[in-house]
Amino acid sequence: MGFLSFFLGEKKNTASVAKERLQLILAHERNGRSASPDYLPQLQRELVAVISKYVSINPDDIKVHMERQDNLEVLEVKIELPEPGRA
Amino acid sequence: MSKIVVVTSGKGGVGKTTTSASFATGLAMRGYKTVVIDFDVGLRNLDLIMGCERRVVYDLINVINDEIKLSQALIKDKQLDKLYILAASQTRDKDALKQEGVERVLDELKAMEFDYIICDSPAGIETGALMAMHYADEALVVTNPEVSSVRDSDRILGMLNSKTKRAIEGKEPVKEHLLITRYNPNRVEGGQMLSLEDIHEILRTPLIGVIPESEVVLQASNQGLPAIHMKGSEVAEAYADVVARFLGEDKPMRFIEAVKPGFFKRLFGGK
Repeated sequence: MGFLSFFLGEKKNTASVAKERLQLILAHERNGRSASPDYLPQLQRELVAVISKYVSINPDDIKVHMERQDNLEVLEVKIELPEPGRA
Repeated sequence: MSKIVVVTSGKGGVGKTTTSASFATGLAMRGYKTVVIDFDVGLRNLDLIMGCERRVVYDLINVINDEIKLSQALIKDKQLDKLYILAASQTRDKDALKQEGVERVLDELKAMEFDYIICDSPAGIETGALMAMHYADEALVVTNPEVSSVRDSDRILGMLNSKTKRAIEGKEPVKEHLLITRYNPNRVEGGQMLSLEDIHEILRTPLIGVIPESEVVLQASNQGLPAIHMKGSEVAEAYADVVARFLGEDKPMRFIEAVKPGFFKRLFGGK
């Protein structure tokens, strides 16, 4: 705040900052409401069970991750298979 | 046919009980048989705001638990024939609000031919708030021009659209109305407070009224008078407008323009 604005009693326009912050956070929260990824841990457990039928893997070798990019949702499943010699 | 209206907000201290008291009183002043129910079990306050705290003998939980008849728990307003209050219990907790019990009480009130049943919701998003909104036909979402209140109102709007009986049964959704309280047009003009246009744009819910920030609200609650009884005050007129709009009348918004302080006030300070 400069000397002149201090003298004139001007304050920063904080209302526009508030509006911008709200629009961002609410867009994010409204997204979460429609498709809540509550099922991710369950999905991970079931994937481990299915894959274990064929390959011996550790539960930690599976990574399930949901990512949002604008209007697109990406479900990423990363399965690390054991090295051939060890299995 | 009775209409159930929930007054809700998510956040506490934004004016739910003040609004419930004035809204119910306003409907009764218009000649509608109205009951206002306090759902804030454990922290009852509607009785104080309505000025009937010394006449509470039985409460909502007594009726839900079938300990007494509903008519014994209904408190008649001192001034208005058509207005009744159903107090919350001060000693039990919110788990005492069982859904079947709440439904039975609401059905009995409908059978008594109440025109409007106003449910004053507690803050938060737990049992009490969910029970208050569950059977609602319409909702007044009370919001202050402040970030946390707007965010919580958005959350509550989401719940009205997913957790209520109407939502679950796939019926016509709860009709939502946005009510902005504690509005200060001078601070809005100075860019220090979210404007009603900003809030409306963010929440995308039809605006039913704007209640200006005023010391009258405290004066009213000090005396146990619903603010709508404070004759000649902006707050009372703003609440009367809300009731009129709710009943379908076309009223322009008032008390939303900044008032320039006079020369002396600017010179010597003051609010």
